[in-house]
Amino acid sequence: MIFIVSFLVVLMLVGAVAASIFRDLISAVISATLVSLVAAILFYLLAAPDVAMAEAAIGAALTAAIFIIAIRRTKRYEE
Amino acid sequence: MRRTVAILLLIIAGLGISLSLTSIPFGVPKTKVGRHYINEGVKETGATNIVTSVVVNYRGFDTLGEVTVLFIAAIGLGAVLTASGKEKERKIEPASLILGTGCRFLFPLILVFGTYVFIHGHLTPGGGFQGGAIIASGFLLIYLGCRERRISRVASNLAESLGGLTFVVIGLLGLVFGGHFLSNFLPRGTANALFSAGIIPIIYIAVGFKVGSELAGIIDNLIEES
Repeated sequence: MIFIVSFLVVLMLVGAVAASIFRDLISAVISATLVSLVAAILFYLLAAPDVAMAEAAIGAALTAAIFIIAIRRTKRYEE
Repeated sequence: MRRTVAILLLIIAGLGISLSLTSIPFGVPKTKVGRHYINEGVKETGATNIVTSVVVNYRGFDTLGEVTVLFIAAIGLGAVLTASGKEKERKIEPASLILGTGCRFLFPLILVFGTYVFIHGHLTPGGGFQGGAIIASGFLLIYLGCRERRISRVASNLAESLGGLTFVVIGLLGLVFGGHFLSNFLPRGTANALFSAGIIPIIYIAVGFKVGSELAGIIDNLIEES
């Protein structure tokens, strides 16, 4: 159990750092989505399924979609 | 120079936060009110999901504020995006066969699951916000997979307004029959039954409709503009 949780936390940290490093904004959005998804799994493991559902639906699906639509209107690569 | 100062400030802030947090015991029940919700919540509200009993019953007024914030955000987005927008005919690129078929197959299932989540909000994990968000992600799938389909703006606005109106009217009825705003004036019934917990399922169905149509409307506005 502790190994699974540590792996998930490390995955989340990697996703967060990658989101701030990537120059390609679509990749950055996908890394940020990974953070949300792992956060949802962690919420579930911490016995908070209500929050996990909200995080998975809003954080992982809708936020990513809104960001990607916004990026499509602007520029894909950061200078 | 500025970078070292920023890193130093960050380290100091992190030290301060960690020092002040280590003295607080983690996972130990501290508040009496939390204990009361866990012990008496099912008896007082009839909802077996304690989170729901707190969100809709004990802190129902805060939920009304939360719904209002989402409503204002959706209105603001719609106003900003449609103020500059002019009706333009754009070429719709059809989605691939796999995406289109998958979307036609999955959309009804997602819709049913979202509805299940908000109707059973007082019994199982989930509720109006979660169910609404799941339904909105189903509509997102429709926008990606079946490009030629659109939800009717009138129906979505109607669902949104009716949801908000139901919430406020139920609250006012509670004021009339129960003595205070959003008081649980309907019979609580037996716990664990679908028709139980008084006004909680009604409010959560209203919130589910409202959140679902609002989030779907936000996506619709954004996609229409792009």
